[in-house]
Amino acid sequence: MMRVALEVVTLVVIGVLLLMVAQEMPSFGDPTNPVHNEVSRYYIENTEEEAGVQNVVAAIITDYRGFDTLGELTVLLTAIAGLLAVLRS
Amino acid sequence: MSDIIVRVVTRLMIPYLQLYGLYIILYGHNSPGGGFAGGTVIASSLILYVLAFGIDDEDLRLSPSVARIIESCGALAYVGIGLGGILLGANFLSNKAAGFPLGIPGRVFSGGTIVLLTVSIGLKVASTMITLFTNIAEKEGEDES
Repeated sequence: MMRVALEVVTLVVIGVLLLMVAQEMPSFGDPTNPVHNEVSRYYIENTEEEAGVQNVVAAIITDYRGFDTLGELTVLLTAIAGLLAVLRS
Repeated sequence: MSDIIVRVVTRLMIPYLQLYGLYIILYGHNSPGGGFAGGTVIASSLILYVLAFGIDDEDLRLSPSVARIIESCGALAYVGIGLGGILLGANFLSNKAAGFPLGIPGRVFSGGTIVLLTVSIGLKVASTMITLFTNIAEKEGEDES
């Protein structure tokens, strides 16, 4: 009984804290938000000239951040290797 | 799995699913999409085939050995295209700086290495999902029998 009460109190405290933090978040779509900095503007303005494609996301995935995608492919390869090593032992 | 409705509908759907997956991969640089999404769609069509017709039907489904070869080829193609940038005198995975022709934005073959990289990502993701699914399903079948 004591443990349940402690859990409830802990959860309530964490929930109240999270709700208080959520109140401080910048509003959605506000042009003064921190995410709308010069990096995203650079991608939107220069993708067509530098990468030659219309989809900015594709240009970021395969051109600007090509190393990151190589890491993702390595993750897939490692997952397959691990699965085969476990299943075929 | 002997439900005739599932089998007929699956047989009708699979070509369109695979065509849609190819479309998502090849137009990933002009419209929403890309290698990850398109590869997942293609893999889901083949997984749907296995679900409808059973894993013992060896005639049409992609065999695990072929899937494994495609998977290695996808990853190696990505690295090879990246090394092509070094051979042309620029950095690893560089596109415009290495002198790959960018073409006209909006065409299918534009953006230099981006199309090739997207295709290799699609191959890799599709074969990974198929290999995961078939291996786990075969293991489950062995355990039950």
